[in-house]
Amino acid sequence: MIAGLGLVLGVLLGLILQPSVPVWLQPYLPIAVVAALDAVFGALRAFLDGIFDDKVFVVSFVSNVLIAGMIVYLGDQLGVGGQLSTGVIVVLGIRIFSNVAAIRRHLFHA
Amino acid sequence: MSDHDPLPGPTSDGTASADPAVDGRARLVTALRRPGSRGQLGAGVLLAVLGFAAVVQVQSNSQDAAYVGARQDELIALINSLSLASQRAENEIARLAETRSSLLTDTEARRTALERARQLADERGILAGTLAATGPGVSVSIEDESGAVGASNLINGIQELRDAGAEAIEINDSVRVVAQTSVRDLQEGGIMIDGTRLMAPYLIEAIGSAPTLSSGLQFARGFSYAVERVGGTVDIEQMETVEIASVREPTSTEYAEPAPSE
Repeated sequence: MIAGLGLVLGVLLGLILQPSVPVWLQPYLPIAVVAALDAVFGALRAFLDGIFDDKVFVVSFVSNVLIAGMIVYLGDQLGVGGQLSTGVIVVLGIRIFSNVAAIRRHLFHA
Repeated sequence: MSDHDPLPGPTSDGTASADPAVDGRARLVTALRRPGSRGQLGAGVLLAVLGFAAVVQVQSNSQDAAYVGARQDELIALINSLSLASQRAENEIARLAETRSSLLTDTEARRTALERARQLADERGILAGTLAATGPGVSVSIEDESGAVGASNLINGIQELRDAGAEAIEINDSVRVVAQTSVRDLQEGGIMIDGTRLMAPYLIEAIGSAPTLSSGLQFARGFSYAVERVGGTVDIEQMETVEIASVREPTSTEYAEPAPSE
């Protein structure tokens, strides 16, 4: 419940404050958001499986974001930032799909 | 990566120690009903960060979506076309500024010409008697008990006034004296000026340099002398302002045309 409230609170804060993204963060923020989404769906699946753990969630969330950002940074340095970002997005997208499929099976038994 | 993989990320501890008897859906409903443990706080904070970041990203993306996905060569082409457009705009600005300055000069010249023409028209109007006039001058009253003062005296007076530089002359507040003015005696007394019958006493008003006009009428054997000799009296008054209100319809020439200027 607290988690759901936190999500709502964050969305509302973003809508009210409407901050602009600093330039140095602009390449990383979309990847970080997708990575965090992956962590969140993984956590939801784990919760439905009954194996959810706060610590694991926090660690996976932070590490997902950091690794995604690092990959983008590395790609930028190597000159393949765009392609590497696409790769990261694809991989995270596949994981999100598989997690959502598991969640769906739990919730709808289908 | 399929659904059967050991779960990566958050579930990668892998030990599925769940009670299979408890349904996932029921567990979710229960968790949503209860506030949750302290451990959920960290998850809540992270989710808040996620929501915030997602919203910010979505908004910043919708602001300048046009150039985010563009490749380098597209951007270069874009910049090229923009600089071309700005160059065109600058040329246009220069051209328009030139037009504007030429128009300003034109307007200035036209205004000057108009001013000059208007001034000229005013002067001509006063001289031709089509405009009322005011200015310094003299007012000459001629008393004539005996009826001996006639056209020749008045013509003489008008002539003297013109010699002295009178710019506008009016007789008896009713007749404006102009180039075409004619004066003649009437048998039954009085005089006829431009078709208007005037009787003594006469009042000649003239605009010009008052002292010059006055002395022009009074020199030896001049106008005053002539009038007084036939029994009239002349009273010349120099005035600060003489109002000449009577005007004359502008006449157009029937025969004379402006000679072509060389």
